[in-house]
Amino acid sequence: MASGGQDAGRKAGRAAGFINNPEVRGVLFQIAFLVVLGWLAYDIIENTARNLQKANIASGFGFLDRTAGFGIVQALIDYNEARSYGRALLVGLLNTLLVAGLGILLATALGFLVGVARLSSNWLVARIATAYVEIIRNIPLLLQLFFWYFAVLRSVPGMREKWSFLGVFHINIGGLHIPRPVFADGAALVGAALLIGILAALIVVRWGRKRLDATGQAPPSGWISLALVVGLPLVVFFLAGRPISFDVPVFNEQGPLLRRGFQAGSGLTVIPEFFGLLIALSIYTAAYIAEVVRAGIRAVNEGQTEAAHSLGLRQGQTLRYVIVPQAMRVIIPPLTNQYLNLTKNSSLAVAVAYPDLVSVGGTVLNQTGQAVEMVSIWMIFYLGLSLLTSYVMNVWNRRVALVER
Amino acid sequence: MKKLIASIVAGAAMVAGASAAGAGTLEDVKARGVLQCGVNPSLIGFGAPDEKGEWSGLDVDFCRAVASAIFNDPTKVKFVPLNAKERFTALQSGEIDLLSRNTTWTMSRDSSLGLMFAGVTYYDGQGFMVRKSLGVSSALELSGAKVCTQTGTTTELNLADYFRSHNMPYEVVAFEKNEEVLQAYEAGRCDAYTTDASGLYAERLKLQSPDEHMILPEIISKEPLGPAVRQGDDKWFTVVKWTLFALLNAEELGLTKANIDEKKTSDNPEIKRFVGVEGDFGSAIGLTNDWAYNVIKDVGNYGELFDANVGPSTKLGIARGLNNLWSKGGIQYAPPIR
Repeated sequence: MASGGQDAGRKAGRAAGFINNPEVRGVLFQIAFLVVLGWLAYDIIENTARNLQKANIASGFGFLDRTAGFGIVQALIDYNEARSYGRALLVGLLNTLLVAGLGILLATALGFLVGVARLSSNWLVARIATAYVEIIRNIPLLLQLFFWYFAVLRSVPGMREKWSFLGVFHINIGGLHIPRPVFADGAALVGAALLIGILAALIVVRWGRKRLDATGQAPPSGWISLALVVGLPLVVFFLAGRPISFDVPVFNEQGPLLRRGFQAGSGLTVIPEFFGLLIALSIYTAAYIAEVVRAGIRAVNEGQTEAAHSLGLRQGQTLRYVIVPQAMRVIIPPLTNQYLNLTKNSSLAVAVAYPDLVSVGGTVLNQTGQAVEMVSIWMIFYLGLSLLTSYVMNVWNRRVALVER
Repeated sequence: MKKLIASIVAGAAMVAGASAAGAGTLEDVKARGVLQCGVNPSLIGFGAPDEKGEWSGLDVDFCRAVASAIFNDPTKVKFVPLNAKERFTALQSGEIDLLSRNTTWTMSRDSSLGLMFAGVTYYDGQGFMVRKSLGVSSALELSGAKVCTQTGTTTELNLADYFRSHNMPYEVVAFEKNEEVLQAYEAGRCDAYTTDASGLYAERLKLQSPDEHMILPEIISKEPLGPAVRQGDDKWFTVVKWTLFALLNAEELGLTKANIDEKKTSDNPEIKRFVGVEGDFGSAIGLTNDWAYNVIKDVGNYGELFDANVGPSTKLGIARGLNNLWSKGGIQYAPPIR
């Protein structure tokens, strides 16, 4: 009997020890959290479905297969009114990716330039950069968007006129009109040659850098790469019988008024809605990136600059080889943030008629009334894009992180 | 993680909020003491605030008529400005009680959107506005045109149908708000501006020189515009529907804002039923028996609203046409009160 009591006591003690074990506790809490989370998710979905049914609102993703019936002004893939809602959304998605991708490139280039310029010892350059950052950061993006879009529209010639540059680029209110490349059979070979050329150039650059480290002599890897990237595809282009040609935009000066101007379907037209959005996004985000860059450079110890100078490096070299590589560790995380912001801000597109995912999705939402489905598509897309961006940037961040030895 | 939980809880609250309305809109409105009415923020003649923030327009006056029927007070309305894209979600989620915003009655909206249209306040159709200098006299000459419009409306679909059925290529530039559509059209981004004809007349007034622009004769669609409510609340639906019918019946009976007081003592049984001295028609729909009298006394009859907001004597200068009473050559026709 006594031994039985002791046994129970020990068992209880063990059980209490089990509960008090921090590791076990951690796992238990996480399981409990997951259960609550799962229940919440289930409840939301179930509740929504029931309410939609009660309100007689259709639900489900079946509408994606139905005919869209509306036109879109810019489509990177084949699209017309007879295609499905799903296809229309894909068109919008690609348009978002296009403007966000180019916007990130432009904003980064401009942002680094301004950020470095703000720290310039040249009074004028530094002040101009400061004014740029302060002005741009303090005006709401939507206003800037309207400004750039309508400024673009007001300043260029009307539909029946044009400005031409080099006889190849034409600008009017309909957009930028340039020759459109037409790919015949064999164009893939040229593409492959370009790819091989780029890969080879990368290898050459890497070899060149090793050589520089080992011997202190820099081989002309820049020239070799250029020859590889440009020359190789060019040779293949002629060998394959010139498979790439250009369709130039046709400008009608005769005929009824409505027919004058650039003929639809000729050449490649970059619409002003795209320009307006791209310029606004790039300039706005660049101001923030400039601040990030400035902070990053400031974070590098002054002694580094002095040391580099005393080694005989010039200002540009100091910046390129000493300051910026060290600053990158500080810059990348907030830079990632700016990239995500730019991508999300691109959803303001609808205000200037650029058909991005939100704009096209809004029309789909309105035609079908399926708000819950449409909003979840938006959420999944933007969340996915943000996660992808931050993953890529994190990989890069790990590569440039300071390695402790 | 904390943020995630917070957002999930917020999401759940939103979903739950959507279901909260629906017990009885009429009771909700009475208890709240104010009617929440979704209107167009910038369509002259239909819904727009003036410099002093005073709302006016045909759709706006309809909201006031419903408020009069319920409260005997046309000022008990909270106007909720909505763009084309937001309007249905606002109604579905219970943010507004009534949508009175030049909205076209279509089958899909009546079925899968969970809406019910209470009738037609304005028979409209989609048209095109172009610069006179373009030298175009018919929409059929618009082949290859660039057309500006507002997203999230039936307009985009009609446009596509019309150009496709006539085998004409076109390009659509779609903005979220009609202010931007107009600016882009004015800048010359597009050859034509398309929306409901009434809207074109209203928008043309905002152009720098309205006389340089014309509205083409073709009407390419039927656009019966009317007030909408949520499905599944018959009582509320009836109130809204009969407010519209009261406006029309009053015009037919010759009852106006000015003369309804003296007509109250009329011997005409139809008028007696209308003003509530005979029968129990008001309490049958959850209102007072003089509800229709109040509506006319406070805001006027349909003809008066039309003339005051969009009629020939206003800036819009739209003729009654289809919107005249059935007895005067139009198609406006209301069931009788009996």
